[in-house]
Amino acid sequence: MLGFLLQRLIQAMIVIIAMSVIVFLGVYAIGNPIDVLIDPGATAEIRENLIRQYGLDQPLWQQYFTFVGQVLRGDLGTSMVYNIPVTDLVFSRLPATLELVFVSVCIATLVGIPAGLYAGYRPNGIAAKAIMALSVLGFSVPTFWIGMLLIMAFAVGLGWLPSGGRGDTGSLFGIPTSLATADGWSHVIMPAINLSLFKMGLLIRLTRAGMVEAMSTDYVKFARAQGLPDRQIVFSHVLRNISIPIVTVFGLELGSTLAFAVVTESVFNWPGVGKLIIDSILQLDRPVMVSYLVLVVILFVLINLTVDLVYARLDPRVRLKGGAA
Amino acid sequence: MSDTIAADSETLAVPSAAPRETRAVRLRNFWADYRRSWVAVASLIVIALLIAASFGAPLLAPQDPYDMAALDWMDAFLRPGTVGSGGYMHLLGTDNAGRDMLSAIFYGLRTSFVIGLTAGVLALSIGIVVGLAAAYFRGRTEAVLMRVVDLQLSMPAILLALVMVAMLGQGVAQIIFALVVAQYAYFARTTHGAATVERGKDYIEAARSTPLPTHRVLLRHLLPNVMPPLIVVATVQIASAIALEATLSFLGVGLPLTEPSLGSLISNGFKYIHTDRYWLSIYPGLFLMITVVAINLVGDQVRTILDPRNAR
Repeated sequence: MLGFLLQRLIQAMIVIIAMSVIVFLGVYAIGNPIDVLIDPGATAEIRENLIRQYGLDQPLWQQYFTFVGQVLRGDLGTSMVYNIPVTDLVFSRLPATLELVFVSVCIATLVGIPAGLYAGYRPNGIAAKAIMALSVLGFSVPTFWIGMLLIMAFAVGLGWLPSGGRGDTGSLFGIPTSLATADGWSHVIMPAINLSLFKMGLLIRLTRAGMVEAMSTDYVKFARAQGLPDRQIVFSHVLRNISIPIVTVFGLELGSTLAFAVVTESVFNWPGVGKLIIDSILQLDRPVMVSYLVLVVILFVLINLTVDLVYARLDPRVRLKGGAA
Repeated sequence: MSDTIAADSETLAVPSAAPRETRAVRLRNFWADYRRSWVAVASLIVIALLIAASFGAPLLAPQDPYDMAALDWMDAFLRPGTVGSGGYMHLLGTDNAGRDMLSAIFYGLRTSFVIGLTAGVLALSIGIVVGLAAAYFRGRTEAVLMRVVDLQLSMPAILLALVMVAMLGQGVAQIIFALVVAQYAYFARTTHGAATVERGKDYIEAARSTPLPTHRVLLRHLLPNVMPPLIVVATVQIASAIALEATLSFLGVGLPLTEPSLGSLISNGFKYIHTDRYWLSIYPGLFLMITVVAINLVGDQVRTILDPRNAR
């Protein structure tokens, strides 16, 4: 187990280093950010000073090591557009994204799992067919387009909900969040539904597939022969057995929900980190771009590492095979 | 399986199993299975019509949206069904630059299809090479290749595409490259999975014991038997490539409006979402949705047919 752990840790490190080099070099290749930031009428002297201030006169590899050194000390640089430290910028935007992701994950779970269970319980019924059709839509139709339809219907057409932005925030357990105010909820509900649809489709499919398979197994037949009501079979036997793959995929998908938030936040003008990265790409705000991408890569590598280790803990075959390779 | 061995009958002198006929019969059986779902047949027809409309755009569309000289600002924001200064009716209205929406959508569809298909075929080819190499050579090659693939699969495609676009900038070639990078891993994983199963079977062992060169065993014996699941993945991935391109263009990091794709058209229309000029965004969006859903429905039906659990 220790060998396996070490091997995976080293792999994770290599991936993070490789990705940070790729991202850093790639983003640098876009062009000189100074051209965008400096007023073309500025004197050559001001230009020179700014270039030196941002360290852009140094060779590329030196800039990279400076960057890594700063990151290791917790300094992600200063945004060229907002002129505040990237760390502050990201942390000021993070709560908005997290609350959006949180609400959407709740919606996806509360709707997706019961719907999937039902669709698997009566796989040939009309309701099951309708649920599956909806899950295909949630899966395949681009998120931004559904978001626009929601805005057209509920904000522009009916005027029930605001079309974008984050509403009033209140304090909940000392954290400022829009979940504490009614206005906040009215702002968060539409983007959260939008963000939840993909995950909901996935959950419905997974739960249904597990349910269909479980219903034909021997333990269900025995439970039925015993005279247990279907409700009890489904909730106390089947659900427990199919929950492991669902939880795994769900955990893995958490990271991707953060990524998909980029799209939803742009549609609903939600002031989260996703909107921040798109804006920084459009404005060539290099420090924000590099930091965000490197942070996300680290996040994904950590999620993967955790999943790998949990699997290895649960299934000795994985650890033996992985260790030998 | 019998026909792959028979395909080499001229070199191996194995009794012929009449491969051509088998293939025709198989295709006919496939179509008979496919026809059983009217939704899938309708989707196929819709896709055919959309492809015809998009590649026939120069002939069918009343206006060339690329030709800035043909645009007249007097025609801006005409409602659907209005006759503009060109003397023809704008069935779906015009946008803020006086572009005929129907023409722009046809041309936009063409961009979307070209990008989706090119990216799909490239990703498929690269994925097959990586997957087959990993399954065939095993050992260290397999470990390294599949580790990279798995890592990529754990990251959402939109994120990888975003990283690529952030690095490469905008344009058709850049988008295609970003999509290939984001998607080849799906093909590689599928190829690897299917090829690992097939590799253990006797017919591959038999082919390997002959003096046939490795590439021939891989391409003529292994690959045909790995294709069915790849076809399913390919349909789904082409649809998601089209959706991904539209998403990037919508976010403003994909294609500019001077090269209309469905995404950039929707993005342009999004600016007017609070006015009553709904036609700027809703029609390109509908076309995008119909395209993506139709391709997915075809893929679903193919998957159902090829699924061994549903075999008759």
